[in-house]
Amino acid sequence: MNFQEQWVALVTILRKEVKRYLRIWTQTLLPSAITMSLYFVIFGSLIGSRIGDMGGFTYMQFVVPGLIMMAIVTNSYSNVVSSFFGSKFNHSVEELLVSPTPNYIILLGYVIGGVSRGLLVAVIVTLVSLFFTDLHMHSFAVVVIIVLMTSILFALAGFINAVYANNFDDISIIPTFVLTPLIYLGGVFYSMDLLPDFWAAVSKLNPLVYVVNAFRYGVLGVSDVSLSVAFGMIAVFTVAAWCYSMHLLNTGKRLRQ
Amino acid sequence: MIPALTIENLTKQYAGGFQALKGISLEVQHGDFFALLGPNGAGKSTTIGVICSLVAKTAGRVAVYGTDIDEDFAGAKKNIGIVPQEFNFNMFEQPFDIVVNQAGYYGMPKALASERAEQYLRELGLWDKRHVPSRMLSGGMKRRLMIARALVHNPRLLILDEPTAGVDIEMRRSMWDFLQKLNQEGTTIILTTHYLEEAEALCRNIAIINHGEIVENSSMRDLLRRLHREVFIFDAVDELPDVVEIEGFGVRRVDERTLEIEVEKGQHINEVFAGLSQADIRISSMRNRANRLEEMFVRLVEGAQ
Repeated sequence: MNFQEQWVALVTILRKEVKRYLRIWTQTLLPSAITMSLYFVIFGSLIGSRIGDMGGFTYMQFVVPGLIMMAIVTNSYSNVVSSFFGSKFNHSVEELLVSPTPNYIILLGYVIGGVSRGLLVAVIVTLVSLFFTDLHMHSFAVVVIIVLMTSILFALAGFINAVYANNFDDISIIPTFVLTPLIYLGGVFYSMDLLPDFWAAVSKLNPLVYVVNAFRYGVLGVSDVSLSVAFGMIAVFTVAAWCYSMHLLNTGKRLRQ
Repeated sequence: MIPALTIENLTKQYAGGFQALKGISLEVQHGDFFALLGPNGAGKSTTIGVICSLVAKTAGRVAVYGTDIDEDFAGAKKNIGIVPQEFNFNMFEQPFDIVVNQAGYYGMPKALASERAEQYLRELGLWDKRHVPSRMLSGGMKRRLMIARALVHNPRLLILDEPTAGVDIEMRRSMWDFLQKLNQEGTTIILTTHYLEEAEALCRNIAIINHGEIVENSSMRDLLRRLHREVFIFDAVDELPDVVEIEGFGVRRVDERTLEIEVEKGQHINEVFAGLSQADIRISSMRNRANRLEEMFVRLVEGAQ
């Protein structure tokens, strides 16, 4: 396929993905808006008002970046995992596998689809957060880069999960038992400064700590971890996830007999 | 002329050790209407899976219009349209989107894809259903949707894996007409089917695969010519005597009004009628017990066991 044909194939996959999550917006977009509103009300307004300042900001201002990032992570992940596993389950993935579309275009299409949903939900959650607090952008560039890198990373993770999943239970195990605990322990609701030294060191093994703190730096200008380390870690994980996903597609593992 | 499909010593061994294909070789010429037949589990779908990349081969060579799938799979895939045995589209999508998206996967711009989708959905009688969720279509419509999807990029080689399974006879006949027209326009077609009368009616050449091996590969005419025996069923007007004998023919009384008579190659059916008249048996109707290809198929497959 020449460049133009590959571009058409990419746009086709992306259009299909976007159409899919917009068609079921009550399952894909609305829940995040409602869940985050509840977080804002309960943790930000009700409990947050008694907690006082954290890192020099009101508690509400402190948690908003983490919550936005939480929405991006979960939505980019779940979009790809559910869509790709669904196409595996109903065998419609064969439409792509029998076509001349290169594997990297297939992967890119699904990843951009996941990223687009992550970004859309991020916009929705950000708009909702404006009802509860004022947001100022410390570094637009950092915000954009970290959002893109994070959503790409977790879209890739969703893809890997989808390839290995044998049934619908398998696509909810990782989000429930791995992703959610990592997000909650990733400094969304607290500063690492509050942790004893040992637990602060342990927390630094959690990739979500870097994601949340880098994004918080972009919004508030404060972070518990070095920005360059955060970018480096996310970049390494992203490249590794891309390479592994390509390996799965090229070998046809769990996709071809 | 370059063959539409060349398969050389194709082998497929699954992880559990089961050998689905044991070094099959096959050639399908451009413009052919080719039947690939075999009992369940013989290796037909595995062969098709290898050709269109859904199954990884263990060894051997496959080339589509001269393009080796190991050297340029994307190039080979451009020439192939596949209609699989199972429905493999998203049931929540609409037929028009399914066909247009498939064209997109082949790099076809949306305007042209929409034009082609309309053409094939109209030809296959699905245009009125283009915006209906696919799950709402009947079984026959779903099969026709898969044909439209397989044709949207104008493949030179169309592979149909049991395209008329579960389709009513009227629909099946209209699909035959459509496929014959397509073949006359130059598309090479490979058909697998369990309806042997379908293969006999449509295909010019045939390969029979059994236990992963090709047990027959010839023209349909040559194959049928080798059939030495046919069995006819005669419906009698009156109740038959307990024993019916016609000299030179094997006769079996099925019930009080039905006879089965074997006619060997070289014998004439007139002799049967003469014998029946002599026995004072009046016949109201007559038919083949099975179609000729079915007879040959059973013999070849059973002979290989």
